[in-house]
Amino acid sequence: MTRSQPAPSGPAPRQDPRLYQIGVLSVLLLYGVGQLDFDVSPARVGLTMCACLAAQYLCTRVWALPRFNPLSAGISGLSLCLLLRTDRPELVLVAALVTIASKFVCRVDGRHLFNPTNFGLVVMLAATGEVWVSPGQWGSLAVAACLLARLGGLVVHRAERADVTYAFLAAYGLLVVGRAVWLGDPLSIPWFHLQSGGLLLFAFLMISDPKTTPNARAGRICFAALVASGGPLVEFGLHRPNGLLWSLAAAAPLTVVINQLLPGPRFGWSSRTAGDEPSSHDRVGSPLPPPPRRRHTSHRHPRRLDRLDISASTERTPHDAQPRRSSRNTHPGRLDGDDARRARILRLLRLEGGHHALQPRFQGRPGARR
Amino acid sequence: MANDFHGDPREFAMVIPVPTLLTRDQIHVGDQAVLDHLDAYTAPRLVEYHDPGPCRPIVMESARASADQAPVRQGSQNRLWSLGVTIEASYSIGEYDIVILSAEQSGGLQTWLQEEGYQIPAGATEVLGSYIRQGMRFFVARVNLDEQTALGYTYLRPLQIAFESPKFMLPIRLGTVNADGPQDLFVFALTRTGRIETRNYRAVKVPTDVELPGFLKQPDEFATFYQAMFSRQVDEANRRDVFLEYAWDMAWCGPCAADPLSRTELRELGVFWVDDAPAPNRRGAAADVFVTRLHVRYDAEHFPDDLRFQATGDRSNVQGRYVLRQPWQGSGSCAAAREYLRTVAAREEREAQTLASLTGWDLETIRTKMGLESEPPAAANASWWQRLWGR
Repeated sequence: MTRSQPAPSGPAPRQDPRLYQIGVLSVLLLYGVGQLDFDVSPARVGLTMCACLAAQYLCTRVWALPRFNPLSAGISGLSLCLLLRTDRPELVLVAALVTIASKFVCRVDGRHLFNPTNFGLVVMLAATGEVWVSPGQWGSLAVAACLLARLGGLVVHRAERADVTYAFLAAYGLLVVGRAVWLGDPLSIPWFHLQSGGLLLFAFLMISDPKTTPNARAGRICFAALVASGGPLVEFGLHRPNGLLWSLAAAAPLTVVINQLLPGPRFGWSSRTAGDEPSSHDRVGSPLPPPPRRRHTSHRHPRRLDRLDISASTERTPHDAQPRRSSRNTHPGRLDGDDARRARILRLLRLEGGHHALQPRFQGRPGARR
Repeated sequence: MANDFHGDPREFAMVIPVPTLLTRDQIHVGDQAVLDHLDAYTAPRLVEYHDPGPCRPIVMESARASADQAPVRQGSQNRLWSLGVTIEASYSIGEYDIVILSAEQSGGLQTWLQEEGYQIPAGATEVLGSYIRQGMRFFVARVNLDEQTALGYTYLRPLQIAFESPKFMLPIRLGTVNADGPQDLFVFALTRTGRIETRNYRAVKVPTDVELPGFLKQPDEFATFYQAMFSRQVDEANRRDVFLEYAWDMAWCGPCAADPLSRTELRELGVFWVDDAPAPNRRGAAADVFVTRLHVRYDAEHFPDDLRFQATGDRSNVQGRYVLRQPWQGSGSCAAAREYLRTVAAREEREAQTLASLTGWDLETIRTKMGLESEPPAAANASWWQRLWGR
């Protein structure tokens, strides 16, 4: 998680859901290569993973992040192994760079805008004719669908984004069933669509990305419905493949608007594994413009704040501070010894960004007495 | 669109949903020979190698392609059912009478069909209605017997239609309505970019590069083997997959199952981006053309939706290739010959088991055909020390 945000869960340290996602993606890749004959060689897997990790390291250095974190890059690499197909290895390198760099470049309000893998795929699909995604590679076998759903469910619950996944599946299901009813098709056709492994992979492991979905639950449900609507529009309206990928990429910028209309707590990864992209604090040496300064919570510098807070509270209780201040300060605009000391503490706290922690006691600025 | 319809031509009719209204210029009766050439060029290949004598120095093996064992086309999109509607356009091209039905007149479709005396199979109404709602029109072809007699053809020539549309799909649902069991469909795609694949069904490669018993060299054996293997592959895939039998850049092949298609033949097949100028390569093949051959066995239960395609940038080569290794027939008493005979026995046993695994055929029957003992020879299962010291 970023240090400016409290942990979404309780006081117990939460396991980083990205570890689960890496495990699930690895299992799916092994299953795809071993059972479904994915056209991915071990060398291609190695190249993709190394390219993503190298791109992450490069961006870490360019953006002067405090440490290199391979988790998100690993997820992106595995996702590209599952989805990206090309005969040209150099395009794998470009795709990896585009995917990872998007986290650092396409940023709004201190967070990346696009799901990195989604962005890398649509850019490569649009820019070259030699990259493709095989949505049918999973087939519609029940075993593959169940495996995807079970493993994907593990990830989305860990990442606390099950709502967006299930909202998406519900909206998409309604749309394809509605289309079948309108066309007079048997329900076996929408059921066939809903069994698609590509759809389930998208629902459980791409649209559920907690960093690029809206913060509020209502916003996430709206977002899921939006993406679900765009997919069939591209597939059946424009007759283009990979409708959901395009739909997600098109809807991603709308998360900014949704977050403003429906604000909610921002998601953060585990503090032990953060640092894979610039946060609001990692702006030293950053080529990015600094994000707007936000109000800091008391745990940003807990040791210094606690020391100052304790020294102020042990000198005087809140109840006797105000009468004494008002009786001694006979010269407007001038502060006596205690008030001057408090004001000095307050200035220090302001410098530390934690002045509002003492507001109940000091009632704001010096001189603003009741 | 070619088919292997067998029966009275008066009973033949074909209806294909098409995304646009077709004019006469967009319809063409093709040459069956060109399509047969493409079929042979992309057919699964049998490659035969002859073992050299073990007592002679080792020389490089040469491969010989056998092109005439292609699997028999079983029919694809035949529709033995009646059609009719208010006709939007009507053409007589070659031996075919063709009508284009307007999608807006969906209500009249059933009426017209019935008035024409055709029987409509159960379930066709819903499928037709679905296509009409999707904005499709209907291309309906029937055989004009007088014209066919006058032209002297005893078979139905392939029909070609040309149009531009973003709907890269093949409507197969109508074919499932009145079909008597699963149907086989071959899709040949000639593209600039690369291989095509289905995006709503898994496309898998047929097993290839396997060594098989030598008796498959017999004229009908290979076709029988391939059909049995394909059926088993279909069953193992729960009848849901599309099979990729061939994908190749047509600028070359090596060795080819048949001579590459000439530029004239490619243009006849609809490859508009090549010209008639002589090809730069020696065998007359055209560059910038990639051929894909897909084989589907479909029915309504396992293929509920139409085939939707996408063109990929994949130009890697795929072909069904099956290897026969004929053993050395000479005699020799050198140590190498004794060791060779042991390896041949083990290899033939492996080939028998491979064939049984691919086709589901009985292993004992295969062994009998191969002239092997019913139990695998001891040499086949001999340990390395037995092979080293045993006699």
